[in-house]
Amino acid sequence: MNFKYSAHAALAGLRTNKSRSALTILGIVIGITAIILVMSIGQGAQDLILNQVQGLGSRTIVVIPGREPKGPTDSAQMFSDSLKEKDLEALKNKANVPTLGSVMPIVFGGETGSYQNETFRLTIFGASEAISTIFDLVPREGIFFTDDYVRSRADVVVIGSKVKKELFGSSDAVGERIKIKDRSFTVIGVLPEKGQVSFFNFDETAIVPYTTAQQYIFGIKYFHRFMIQASSEDSILETVRDIQLTLRDSHGITDPSKDDFFVQTQADLAARLGTITSVMTLFLAAVAAISLVVGGIGIMNIMLVSVTERTREIGLRKAIGATNGDILKQFLLEAVFLTAFGGIVGIVFGVVFGYLASIGLSRALGVSWAFTFPIGSAILGLSVSTAIGLLFGIYPARQASQKSPMEALRYE
Amino acid sequence: MSLIDVKNLQKIYETEGVPFAALRDISFAIDTGEFVAIMGPSGSGKSTLLHILGFLDRHTAGAYRFNGKTINESTDDEIAHLRNKKMGFVFQSFNLLARTSVLENVKLPLLYSDIVESEWNGRALQAIESVGLSHRVAHEPAQLSGGEKQRVAIARALVNDPEVIFADEPTGNLDSKSGGMIMETLQKLNEDDDHTILLITHETYTAEHAARIIFIKDGAIESDRHVTKRLKANHFIK
Repeated sequence: MNFKYSAHAALAGLRTNKSRSALTILGIVIGITAIILVMSIGQGAQDLILNQVQGLGSRTIVVIPGREPKGPTDSAQMFSDSLKEKDLEALKNKANVPTLGSVMPIVFGGETGSYQNETFRLTIFGASEAISTIFDLVPREGIFFTDDYVRSRADVVVIGSKVKKELFGSSDAVGERIKIKDRSFTVIGVLPEKGQVSFFNFDETAIVPYTTAQQYIFGIKYFHRFMIQASSEDSILETVRDIQLTLRDSHGITDPSKDDFFVQTQADLAARLGTITSVMTLFLAAVAAISLVVGGIGIMNIMLVSVTERTREIGLRKAIGATNGDILKQFLLEAVFLTAFGGIVGIVFGVVFGYLASIGLSRALGVSWAFTFPIGSAILGLSVSTAIGLLFGIYPARQASQKSPMEALRYE
Repeated sequence: MSLIDVKNLQKIYETEGVPFAALRDISFAIDTGEFVAIMGPSGSGKSTLLHILGFLDRHTAGAYRFNGKTINESTDDEIAHLRNKKMGFVFQSFNLLARTSVLENVKLPLLYSDIVESEWNGRALQAIESVGLSHRVAHEPAQLSGGEKQRVAIARALVNDPEVIFADEPTGNLDSKSGGMIMETLQKLNEDDDHTILLITHETYTAEHAARIIFIKDGAIESDRHVTKRLKANHFIK
């Protein structure tokens, strides 16, 4: 019998038991849906993270205090105070790092800001005037602080749009004074609404000169980050090496494995975060894949029932000339059609849910979470579900094909 | 050479180590164009004999040649093709595919044949016409009476133009009127179209539609005679 008629016979067999066929593929549908959904969300997360990282610009190099973290949960660097004023001076020295474009020290932390009776929990960002160029922060009202304000530890602050709204409502903010840690700061600028830029939400931020933040807000003499721009993209590796040599020299470190800081390029960060999301995605997909195995066993179970139930049909087909191969083909195709159809339904569900999830996540997180159709996973899902049909269908199909026609015809 | 040639045929079943001889020593020959009834009480071995003759089962000893071929010299696939080309089967319980039209049921053997697809519908319709069911082509088995179902089964057995039709108690599930119709149909196929028919039955009334009756008891032939006063469905036969 040619393939067309084997397929025809298989489909007819499935149609005879529509609701049972539908219930049988449920396991496969759920499994494939879960895989597609996880892969779609995982891909979306990865794209989002890469976008955020690239938002900083590819020439950006970040120096973080403490040793390099050994894994996602290693937070040793959070508590280090190894980056000092003298390091900043050493880095600024052209003889040490000739390819350095600019260096900006950063300190940050959460504090409560208040104006009259209004209070707001804001993120303090202590930086140099360079931050306005790096993150393209142009005040919509007022001005940004300059190098003079930094050097003179001026009590000035540039606030984000949400801070302005929470503290001042619709009235003017520029020229007013807000209280942070019992010290008064003059608002000199208000930023336009920026949303999420890289990992920062400037809308909830108050930016002050780093000198002011160190002395009057946090009371520290070290920095949380150095944000450095290399002079060009080609010189990034060279710049990183020079930064490491300079800081080791400044810290008196000879053994690189004892570094009390680490240097991260945007490429490093992208790769690191990409790896984390990939691993998470694969792990979740693997969990989802278990349901495919369960679904496959369900298929095998139902196919065995079906073979027993249709013993007489098998006997008849054999009596009128079906070979063992014909019967095997028919029942194997039934199983494959079941699982392949389940796979297609699963892909459709996965895409629909993935799309809904991307909309939901965009709304919930306030980021532009792009929906990605994981075409690779869809092809994989379809192949895997078909393979499951073959794998779990072969045993029942063999049982069917090996039946003696005489005994099959006698079966009651 | 006869179409069916059986010599000293034996079939021994073993159930839990205890051998049981279903057929002990059977010899006969059937020529093309004959209408033979194999008769016997239940347990006499007549169904076993039919299964062996229809290449659905293998014999234990003796010799059986169909058209010169024996089952022991052929592979399973060759046997399947031979059944498809040269044999038609009609069973007591019809064995039609449910939720499948009369036409599709009759076409079923063609699916496994070498006959080109363009001829399938024509052949099937012709077979359906020869059992007088042209008005039921699109019906499904559930919509047919028992007698009609069995006639569909006969059409299915005919569609490949086989050398012999094996009918295993074809009237066993039918009332006497429908049973009579079936026997008339078989008789007509034998008389008008020269089909060789081998009928299994335990009813004398049914058996006497055949031209020859082989009576089997306890796995051995008790008598092999030609029917003198053959029951005929006169209005069918020219």
